[in-house]
Amino acid sequence: MFFMAGLTLASPTAEPPPLGSAGRALYVSPARETWWRFRRHRLAVLGLAILILMMLAVALGPLVWRVPINDIDFNAQLSGPTWAHPLGTDDLGQDVLARMLYGGRISLAVGLAAMLVAVVVGTIVGALAGMSRGAIDTALMWLTDLFLSLPQLPLLLLLIYLFRDPLKQLVGPELGVFLLIVVVIGGFRWMQVARLVRAQFLSLREKEFVEAARALGATKWRQVVRHILPNSLGPVIVAGTVDVAAAIIAESTLSFLGLGFPPDIPTWGRILYDAKDYLDIAPHWALVAGAAIFLAVLSINFVGDGLRDALDPRKVM
Amino acid sequence: MSRYLLRRLLIAVPSLLGISLVLYTVLALAPGDPFGELATNPNVPPEVAAALRTKFGLDDPVWLRYLHWLVAMLHGDWGFSFVSRVDVDQLIWQRLPVTLFVIGASQVLALSIALPVGVISATRPYSVFDQIANTLAFIGFSLPTFFTGILFILVFSITLHWLPFVFRADLAESGWRWYWEEFRQAAMPVAVLGLFQGASWTRYVRSAVLDVIRLDYVTTARAKGISEFAVVTKHVVRNALIPVVTLVALQMPAVFGGAIVTEQIFRIPGIGALLISSILANDTPVVMAVTFVFACLVILFNLIADVLYGWLDPRIAYR
Amino acid sequence: MNEAHLRDLIAATKAGRISRRVFVRQVVGLGLTAPFASLLLAQAEVAAEPATFDYKPTKAGGGGPLKLLFWQAPTLLNPHFAVGTKDQEGSRIFYEPLAGWDSEGNLVPMLAEEIPDIENGGLSRDGMSVTWKLKKDVKWHDGQAFTADDIVFNWEYAADPASAATTIGSYKDIKVEKIDPLTVHIRFAKPTPFWADAFVGQRGMIIPKHLFGEYKGAKSRDAPANLKPVGTGPYRFVDFQPGDLVKGERNPDYHLPNRPHFDTIEMKGGGDAVSAARAVIQTGEYDYAWNMQVEDEILQRLEKDANAKGRVEIFESGNIEHIEINTTDPWTEIDGERSSLKTKHPLFSDPAVRKALALLVDRAAVQAHIYGRTGVATGNFVNNPPRYVSKNTHWEFSIDKANQLLDEAGWKRAADGIRAKDGKQLKLVYQTSINAPRQKNQAIVKQACQKAGIEVELKSVTASVYFSSDAANPDTNSKFYTDIQMFTTTMGEPDPGEFMRQFLSWEAASKENKWQGRNITRWRSEEYDSAYRASEGELDPVKRAALFIAMNDMVVGDPVVIPVVYRPRVSAISRRLRASLSAWDNDLWDVRNWYNEA
Repeated sequence: MFFMAGLTLASPTAEPPPLGSAGRALYVSPARETWWRFRRHRLAVLGLAILILMMLAVALGPLVWRVPINDIDFNAQLSGPTWAHPLGTDDLGQDVLARMLYGGRISLAVGLAAMLVAVVVGTIVGALAGMSRGAIDTALMWLTDLFLSLPQLPLLLLLIYLFRDPLKQLVGPELGVFLLIVVVIGGFRWMQVARLVRAQFLSLREKEFVEAARALGATKWRQVVRHILPNSLGPVIVAGTVDVAAAIIAESTLSFLGLGFPPDIPTWGRILYDAKDYLDIAPHWALVAGAAIFLAVLSINFVGDGLRDALDPRKVM
Repeated sequence: MSRYLLRRLLIAVPSLLGISLVLYTVLALAPGDPFGELATNPNVPPEVAAALRTKFGLDDPVWLRYLHWLVAMLHGDWGFSFVSRVDVDQLIWQRLPVTLFVIGASQVLALSIALPVGVISATRPYSVFDQIANTLAFIGFSLPTFFTGILFILVFSITLHWLPFVFRADLAESGWRWYWEEFRQAAMPVAVLGLFQGASWTRYVRSAVLDVIRLDYVTTARAKGISEFAVVTKHVVRNALIPVVTLVALQMPAVFGGAIVTEQIFRIPGIGALLISSILANDTPVVMAVTFVFACLVILFNLIADVLYGWLDPRIAYR
Repeated sequence: MNEAHLRDLIAATKAGRISRRVFVRQVVGLGLTAPFASLLLAQAEVAAEPATFDYKPTKAGGGGPLKLLFWQAPTLLNPHFAVGTKDQEGSRIFYEPLAGWDSEGNLVPMLAEEIPDIENGGLSRDGMSVTWKLKKDVKWHDGQAFTADDIVFNWEYAADPASAATTIGSYKDIKVEKIDPLTVHIRFAKPTPFWADAFVGQRGMIIPKHLFGEYKGAKSRDAPANLKPVGTGPYRFVDFQPGDLVKGERNPDYHLPNRPHFDTIEMKGGGDAVSAARAVIQTGEYDYAWNMQVEDEILQRLEKDANAKGRVEIFESGNIEHIEINTTDPWTEIDGERSSLKTKHPLFSDPAVRKALALLVDRAAVQAHIYGRTGVATGNFVNNPPRYVSKNTHWEFSIDKANQLLDEAGWKRAADGIRAKDGKQLKLVYQTSINAPRQKNQAIVKQACQKAGIEVELKSVTASVYFSSDAANPDTNSKFYTDIQMFTTTMGEPDPGEFMRQFLSWEAASKENKWQGRNITRWRSEEYDSAYRASEGELDPVKRAALFIAMNDMVVGDPVVIPVVYRPRVSAISRRLRASLSAWDNDLWDVRNWYNEA
């Protein structure tokens, strides 16, 4: 029973544990529990559905919608949505829907992969620094400061010139560029996550529940994984969503400098960039790409919100 | 605390040196030759270009060049631009006021949007206000600045003719009119940058406040009968500020470093534009000077952030 | 077109049967330049027509501010150190040469009293010397008098290798003597048919001896006047922010009456071409924008608006957007060098492949849908009247013919649709600079190639890297580490001889000469080389022209170069501004005569 809003309860869920066939409490693994709680968050489920739908669309779409992405047709330049071209055409008469589907694979893959790189590396560095405090903290923060000071552009140029051709030969041109871009973009975004996570750790490790866990004999590892980390995920999740958008946009900035994918590969950022000069003439072209990025960001965010609520020991679901 | 501060300051010096060494090496290794342009001219004999290179010490080994640079820097000589043939500090001083003004104003705008909107959203999660604020925030950081910049130009300059879109660092007007003209031309770039930054910051503030607002002491405060406003401002916000302080501290150096894309679109003669044109022209002294100042600012502001954590949350102890 | 035809043309012009303008246009169409055309006429003693620009204002000043927008602002203001046109244009506001080139290729006197020619004795018949008479009563902005000493000084300054002047090429092989305070005499080392190089046009701006005298040679970079120019030009220096802004004010003591019209002048740099067009045409914030590399469709839309405050000005030049074919192999590395002269391109050594590629460039589409008025489809470096067209240098777009050629040459389509022969697949990498019209051009070519069974991978490089000569950067156009590449040759060089050097076998770019060689395609042809050697010693400009034309034909017939469109220069200019623009000199060559129509 609840007396007033905001009352925190000692147990993770408000329901009595499910009873097994013998009438005794059923043991549910934390992962299972998290999933159950997640499922109750309507928006999170919606977000997940949109995300899966988008991924399916870009993966299978080109097999269904067979219009080629680079079929130049000058008679159909910059036309609005029609039956032949549901999302209109661009300035060379190429079908925007086909290009969005094709480019979506790359944009989503780059966005998600770069975000994962940034979040994973940042969380590990931040957690280590926040927990250890002494020399390790100083050393890791020095490293973070170093990466923050590095001028991105010269470093980018350097990395790409050094590694573009060897990677191309190793894993093929597309995968090579993809790996390089993911590492580069992710590599420039982990510092923020690290600082945020470290700040959370510094604050959380002094809290009573962590002290209690320590008193109960929890190892450092268990303190971190079971107690501190789930509570520090708030900023990490926000960073995750911001990073996906930033990664998709960063990829287009790279190609604007000639360093990313070839100019005719229609990643969403690239489509936005090509369409920007035609905003007053053919707005549909840019709007489609912008909307796609927006939807991706939105859905990841809802998933993130749901995750955070599911993992929060104090939240009543 | 003061011991911690002292220790951090002492460490700051060697760490800055270390960073400057890495920066210098990266720049030296990056492909590019500042005198490559001379080579375009078939009539400049190769000996001349070679003579220039030795004069500027470009053929010395990297560590030697680094030492020369370091010693010069300590004497206050920031170097000499290969491209413009002016002292680097002169170049930077010329562009500093504009950069500080435009980028600084945008950060202030971002913060003044993010704090109130984020806090209010968090106090009323999933309400109409929250939904709208969130959607606007998502749109804000999903759209790159080159896109919103052009959108603004199309709307405000070309269709409505309200605002000029080419930035002029020297306005002919004086007095009251000068301020008005300065506002008019800065409005769009500041808005573009500020809104983009503010969008992601709003999300962070909201998340941070949400984390705090469910805690016991907030409930206690409410139970004590303190007004919601006071609860929020005196108890919630202060404790939710830690991520915000982190972010603001991370962004502060950018106020010096400029914003490359926005400066390009609006033709703002800021330090970001200087940086990118120097990088593309391989003008190493300029790039080195700008990145070094940037590094100093990064270390400084992260140190300030660390100190502020201690003040905001007294439980954080530095040992 | 051969020598006989050229002589006919000249005779026709002299007799008045065709106008000078038509002659110039035809000569430009043959791949030569307008200044060269006017020199052809001068040598034939066809009377020069004075430039007719109707300057209306009756007093100096009163025009308000003149605001110019360029992609990049100058980084220094000494014309002898100018790297690229931006620095030249910035300097041109303050400094003047002895003469400039107008759009027809006529020489227009600026600091010279008159143009030297055979009749007035300025030009010697043996091509070994020129005598210039200087204008009287010209003052530098600080009040000192302009004399022949300044001319002699400029020669010494630029010719000194220690100064590392970028204009050194025009000054190192001459000797300049002062005859009297207003006359100078230039002696050439060998008979020079193209004499109007030193002190003329882009590389001819004159700097004052009294301010630069102490800064010759190695100290040249320390002169304070490098950043605070004092010239003889229509505007005086006010302020300079390197990389951002140049400001000037009207020179009240300018040596031409009633000029200049504007009170202040401002040159701003930065940004992209489309927004520059908008700034002039839509919002009127600026009066002039340089080099509009924008799709014609966008330009037309901007102009058509009833409220448009500006318009687009298109003026002729000799620039050709073309695709180069690599004769060496960019994918094999020998001694740390790719595209080495020791290799041959595996695919392009088969002439059928080269000819097929030439058939796959849809120039009509490129013109119609990208460049519009700003690019005219051409199959030649030679855009010429039908009478003079060589039979194998016309342009054609035919995917079927290309397919046929390739089939006949043994390139069979494999299962994946890409043609192959002897285990080599027809896969090409095609690079160019980052520039929206060029990327579209690439897409069009790629599509046509795909239909012919050739797979093309596109690559775009940022312009300042692509056009640099950075020895360490693999993406420059002189390194040519791809199979084909595309850019515009600027025939801004008044003498076509310079342009022709880019196909000489000894000019081939290689690691040895740090890729400074001008022959980027690394093409080697005995016939071409001997034609060039013949042209060097040829005094008769008509014979020389005929040789150049023949050399053009060789290059295009091979083909080692596939011309795409002929590109005139395009600027955006405010409705009220009247300016005489020339592609053979800087845009600001005649800024003294610019005015606003009331």
